[in-house]
Order: sequence, then structure tokens, then C-alpha cells
Amino acid sequence: MAKREIGDVILDVENISLRFGGVNALSDISFDVREHEVRAIIGPNGAGKSSMLNCINGVYQPQEGQISFRGNTFKHMNSRQVAEMGIARTFQNLALFKGMSVIDNIMTGRNLRIKSNIFLQALRIGPAEREESEHREYVEQIIDFLEIQAHRKTPVGQLPYGLQKRVDLGRALAMEPQVLLLDEPMAGMNMEEKQDMSRFILDVNEEFGSTIVLIEHDMGVVMDISDRVVVLDYGKKIGDGTPEEVRANEDVISAYLGTSH
Amino acid sequence: MFYRENGQFKTNYKADQQIFAITQDRWAVLALIAFAFIGVPMMVDEYLFRAILIPFLILALAAVGLNILVGYCGQLSLGSGAFMAIGAYGAYNFIMRIEGMPLILALLLGGVCATIAGIVFGIPSLRVRGLYLAVATLAAQFFWDWAFLRIGWFTIYTPSGSVAVSNLQVFGWTINSPVEKYWFCLGFLTVFALLAKNLVRSAIGRNWMAIRDMDVAAAVIGIQPLYAKLSAFAVSSFIIGVAGGLWGFVHLGGWEPAAFDIQRSFQLLFMVIIGGMGSIMGSMFGAAFIVALPIFLNQALPLLVAGWASLSLRRALRTLNS
Amino acid sequence: MAFFLETLLGGLMAGMLYSLVALGFVLIFKASGVFNFAQGAMVLFAALAMARFSEWLPQWLGFDNLLLANVLAFLIAGILMFGIAWLVERLVLRHLVNQDGATLLMATLGITYFIDGLGQSLFGSDIYQINIGMPKEPVFLLDSVFEGGLMVNLEDVYAAIIAASLVILLTIFFNKTITGRALRAVADDHQAAQSVGIPLNHIWVVVWCVAGLVALVAGMIWGSKMGVQFSLSTVALRALPVIILGGLTSVPGAIIGGLIIGVGEKLSEVFLGGYVGGGIEIWFAYMLALVVLMFRPQGLFGEKIIDRV
Repeated sequence: MAKREIGDVILDVENISLRFGGVNALSDISFDVREHEVRAIIGPNGAGKSSMLNCINGVYQPQEGQISFRGNTFKHMNSRQVAEMGIARTFQNLALFKGMSVIDNIMTGRNLRIKSNIFLQALRIGPAEREESEHREYVEQIIDFLEIQAHRKTPVGQLPYGLQKRVDLGRALAMEPQVLLLDEPMAGMNMEEKQDMSRFILDVNEEFGSTIVLIEHDMGVVMDISDRVVVLDYGKKIGDGTPEEVRANEDVISAYLGTSH
Repeated sequence: MFYRENGQFKTNYKADQQIFAITQDRWAVLALIAFAFIGVPMMVDEYLFRAILIPFLILALAAVGLNILVGYCGQLSLGSGAFMAIGAYGAYNFIMRIEGMPLILALLLGGVCATIAGIVFGIPSLRVRGLYLAVATLAAQFFWDWAFLRIGWFTIYTPSGSVAVSNLQVFGWTINSPVEKYWFCLGFLTVFALLAKNLVRSAIGRNWMAIRDMDVAAAVIGIQPLYAKLSAFAVSSFIIGVAGGLWGFVHLGGWEPAAFDIQRSFQLLFMVIIGGMGSIMGSMFGAAFIVALPIFLNQALPLLVAGWASLSLRRALRTLNS
Repeated sequence: MAFFLETLLGGLMAGMLYSLVALGFVLIFKASGVFNFAQGAMVLFAALAMARFSEWLPQWLGFDNLLLANVLAFLIAGILMFGIAWLVERLVLRHLVNQDGATLLMATLGITYFIDGLGQSLFGSDIYQINIGMPKEPVFLLDSVFEGGLMVNLEDVYAAIIAASLVILLTIFFNKTITGRALRAVADDHQAAQSVGIPLNHIWVVVWCVAGLVALVAGMIWGSKMGVQFSLSTVALRALPVIILGGLTSVPGAIIGGLIIGVGEKLSEVFLGGYVGGGIEIWFAYMLALVVLMFRPQGLFGEKIIDRV
């Protein structure tokens, strides 16, 4: 499958520091992400990887530093702004809407693109009905892509963990993101499920053209699918480069080199 | 609902997304609505209308409204009585102060008054959650309890807020008999239930449920908590306000602030919880249960107890004699 | 100035009583995560029990000593409250482990109605007296500074002292005893506490007993002050703004919140009430709490709710 050519820097994280009371979650982190690449963030538990994604997403506000997206610089990211700019994410602990079905969960990802107002929706006439069907069609394409057709009407709380992870991914995809932040998408999966998920991620990167920023523990996966890697430890950056460069890095080896599962 | 569909395949999304996707469901509900409009009046006497059916219809409407806020959007509210009051007194003001104001318009405008109040008193939900929010909504309840009692302007200076209305008319047709009141309320319930169902299955409904289930994740997708929560308060208060107007105008004929006190708020919340949070149909079941149960207990329980007692007595005597 | 100080002091005293009722709420919430709407009904029930038994016992057992009657009535009322605690745990709470807040709230609301009805059928619905020998005449303090002195209700002072001692006892109980620690564990996470061997059912009975005791003391004081009547159960609604102001999980919050609300109510009624027609006490308390919540959504001393994604 043809891989897209890696472009210029699309996301630039500069000197981010994040503190919770006395705890330094992140200290002076800087790295960049190029368009269409797969960038992995690795490091031991508690290194600050999820916090980094949360800063990019606007869930946490860093005390210092700034983030640039396509040339626009922000000191603080606002969640809705970030979503509108085309940055989507999945969550380590699956922040799915347990009370809704798979279709409804993924449809919430289309929220920013639904234009009809509350009165049209109440009457369900004309544009409201049409929009609903159009977006449903897009969501069905995602469901096809993720191979979860059989479960579309099931409440997500009832699905097995691996399928819930796919729904989480589907919801992020529904936003048609330019940058996709994936927080441990393979956590808790067996070998087969990991292969499926890796294939999905690569397909998203190649077919949809999304830039992927990926937090992952499984070194085998990281080495296989990522173009460049950032290594964090205790909130500090200790490595940055291609998988091979990082694997040979002394600091990374001494701090943490996880095993292939 | 209680069964799974099998063998009914849809060929377009519109068909799959409709309210009653299963053919049998659709026919059943249409039959039920027809029976409600035509069949029930033929079978039921005046007492049943006044004591059970009309209160049921109006409270079911209010429960639908409250379910949108509590069940779909997850914002616990104990102030719904106040919004019924605002709807009732609002409609009263519009009818009394404006010559020739049509009844339905007055009720809807009363709903609008409740909407505005709902948005204002819903602002705390942007900062406060869960039980804290529930208690905060009591501020609305007690404030309006007091306001309608003491602020004369709201009640056109009637003493202690006791007002009365009479001669209800719609397009020249006078609503007088229990059957006519029943149809009037049934009409409101049917229309509003349909609008509510449309809302909860479209984007705004999904946004409400997203806020309920996990509001941080919802924000990350681009759902604005402010718009979602306040719109839930707005829609919910509108429906509850209209129900309040119906309660005062059609069911009671005359009321004072105590008709919409905290006990009413609890009653509505009970209906939503027992009927089912996050279900339009459930609100109606809950309302039916709460309205019918006391009457059932009053009338049927002594009979049941007497019946059980006499059976046991007979059995005891039989074993004694053998 | 003197009038202001009198109102202030009156507010502080009233606030102390609110704190006592609020304490019952906070204890149960801290230990079981249940928001016990029935606390007010429990106060009324306890007060009714004490009032009637202090009246009946001398008749049944044929003695005359008021102190003995009161002590015995207190004990019996206490036992009744423990009984209710045990029944509530057995019949209601056990079946509702880990249900969401709204359901539990409704369950305690149901318990409220039940206890109300039970109290009325057992003890009657008239107004009854509790006479525990509290002084009824006011006392005048500081008459060297203020002309005529500040009028202070000695009964209120005694009530405040009793309430304060109870609070200190409870704080020691929670922080220094093994049972207290177990209670705090259960408040954090029912299932985790169970998995380390803490007997959930016993703990809940203990908590409701303590809350019942607090309700009894509160009922005794309120009842002595204003007579035991139905309106006592609405005292629960007056205590709610105290809890949300202070924070649902904080004992010091209940106390300080109570004082603030007590003072706020009295001052608003006296100084503002005249302009707007009176009767603003109850919603003023709620509005005050609401305004504070906008700045501190978890109350003054409550635990911050942190979401982890």
C-alpha cells in the first residue's frame, strides 16, 4: 500500500511544563510532528505521556510553554477549538458514552458538522432528516472500515473491551481528523487484536491521510509502525528520533526498554 | 422494547432511524393513540377522567420534560415544581393582561417564561454537579415559592397568590366537560411527546447523553457543555412550564403557590426514576404508576386484604374441622 | 449596633443547631455515599419518641422524678433510633449497593415518608413538649458596654455547648478509632473496602446509628426550644444549604457552614426582609450557598472532584 509522503511540521510542542501541586508531570517538553507521519510517544508508566496528550487536547492547561498547530500558536488549548481544528483523540480508559449504542457513539463524532438547529431537529423535517441520513452514511463507512457492523445497535457498555476500543477509534475518525491522538490503543489486547488494531491505524494513516500521534507500550508495535519516536521519563524528554536511533540510545536503554509482548 | 426484531430489513437510513422501526410497534402505538382519542371516552366515566386520566396526562407531560433534563442530560433537578408554577402564573398573566389572548398561545408563552427562568437557574449546572446541583436547584424552588406568594405583580395582586381561571376556549370551542379537557391535554401530550422523541434521537439528544455519560470526553469531541446543558434546561423547562399551565388551567381551575411546591418536584422526580431515566415512554409509565397507585391502594387494598383474610380464615377453619 | 450584635449572636446559635442536623447528613454521606434525605424525619421521630416517653414512663412506672424520666426517655429513644438504623440497612440499603445518586436519593426520600408516617401513628400528631430543664429566660450580657446589655438566650448557649461537644466527640471517633477509619474507607469505595474485609453491613448500621444519635440530640434541643411538632421535619430542608455550602464530605464544613447560614438567615430576615415582604429566610440560605458554589463547586471544605481521562 502506498504510504503518503511525510510533509512539514504540522504540530509543534514547545517547552511545555505541567505541574499538579508539587508534582512535575511534564518538564520543558519540546518535540514536533510532521504531516502524515506516525509519531510514537513511549516511556514508563507515569512518565507523563497521557498528560502530554491532554495538554494538546485542552484537557489540561500547562503552566509554561506553547503549542503550534499549522502555524497558529496557542498558550492554552481549548477543547472545542482543538476539535474544530481537526485534532481528535482516543482515551486510555475508553471515555465512551456507555448509555448509547455504537452508532450513536460514533455519530457524536459528527457533531461539529451537523448544522441544523434545535427547532428543525424537533420537527425532524427537511434539512434535519437529510443531514441525519448523510452523517449516518459516513458513520456506516467507518463501521465497515472497523468491521463492527454486527454490533452497531448494541449499547457500548455491553461490548467486549477490544470492540470498545474500536468504537473509541471510530468516534475519533468520525471527526475526519487531520491529527489523531491515540492513547494506548492496544492496551489489554492479545496478539491477534493488536495486529487488527495496527492494521486499522496504518490504514487510517494511509487512506484518510491522518497524522498519528500514538502512545504505546508494546515495543514491537512501536518499532514496526512508527516513523519517529519520542521517549519520556519522569516528565522529561530523554530521546527523540527514528525507532532505530531511539533503540540504540543509552539513556533510553537504561531508563526503560520494554519487552515485546 | 421487550422483544428483538427479526426479519424486518430496512433499505434506507431514514427507515432505519424512524421512531418505531418495527412494523408491529408502529401499528400498536397508532392503535393505542386511536384508542386513547376515541375508545377511552366511550368507556370511561366522569370521575375517572377527573381523578386519574387528566392528572395522568398532564403529569406525564411534565415527566417527559423532566426526563429530558435528568434522564437524558444527567442534570439532577429538584426544582421542577417552580417551573410548573412559572408556566401557570405566566400563562395567567398573559391571558389576564392581554385582551383576546388565545388559550393555547398563552400556555405556550407561559412555557417560554419557564424557559427563560430555566436557563437562568440552569447556569449553576456549568460549575456544579451531582447532588450539589440537586440541592442548588432547590434555590429555584424556594425562591419561586416565595415570589408567587409575596410579589404581587406576578399574580396581578391577588391575595396570597391564589388565582382562578374560567371559560377556557380554543377557536371558539369551549372546553368545559371532562371529555373535552381530556382531549385538550391528550393533544398536548401527543404533540410534545413526538417533538421530544425527535429531539432525543437527533444530534442534540446525543449531545445531551454524551454530557450525561462523560462530559470531559464530550468536550474533547467538540460538544459545548454550555450549549448542551442550557438547552436541556431550556427544553425541559418549556415542557414543564406548559404542563404547569395545563395543570392550573385545565385540571385545577384555580390554584395557589402550594400547588407547585417541593412535594410536586419530588413527585415528578419519582415518576422519572420509576418510569425509567432516559426514556420518553418510561416517563409516561412512571406518571401512570404514581397517579394510579394511591387510588389503587385506597380502593383495592382493603378488598385484597379482606379477600386474603377470608381465604386464610376459611382454610384455618377447614383444618380445624377435619 | 447592639441590635446587630444580638441578631448576629442569635444567628450563630441557630446556626449551631443547623450544624448538628447537617452533621447527621455528612456522617452518613461520608461513610456510605448515601445522601440521607430522611435525616429530618429522623430528627422529628427521635424528638417525638423522647417527648412521649418522658410523658408516658412516669405514668406507666409510677415515679415522679423529671430527670429520671428524661434519661430513660433518652435511652429508649436512642434504642428506637438504633432499631430504625438496623431496619433501614437491612431492608433498603443492602439492596441498593452501588446504585447511582438519584436512585439512592429517592430511596431515602421514601424512607422519609415512611418514618414520618410511622412517627405519627406511634406517637400522635399533636404538639408535644420536651422539658430538659433548659432555662427559658433571656440573660443580658455586657451591659457595661451596651446600654441595657445584649440579650442572649441562655438556652441557645447551652444548646451550642452540647452541639459543640458532640462534634468534638465525633471528630475524635472518626479520626482516632479503628471503626472510624473503616467508615472513611467505606465512604471512599464500597467495593474496595469490602475486598479488604471490612464488613459493609455492620459499618452501615454503625453509621446510621451514629446519625440516629445525632438526630436524637438535635431533636431534643430543637424540641426543647420550640416544641415537638411536624414542622421539625422541614428542618432537614433548612440544613441542606449548610451541607452544600460546607461540602458534602466535611465535618468542619457542616459546622462552619451552619454558622454562616444561621447568621446569613437571621441578618437577611431582619435587615432585608422588611423591604421585600418578609419570609425570605429559606431561599436566602439557598441562594447564599449557591453563590458560594459558583466559586467553589465542591463547597468550602468539600473534596475536589477530579476527573481522570
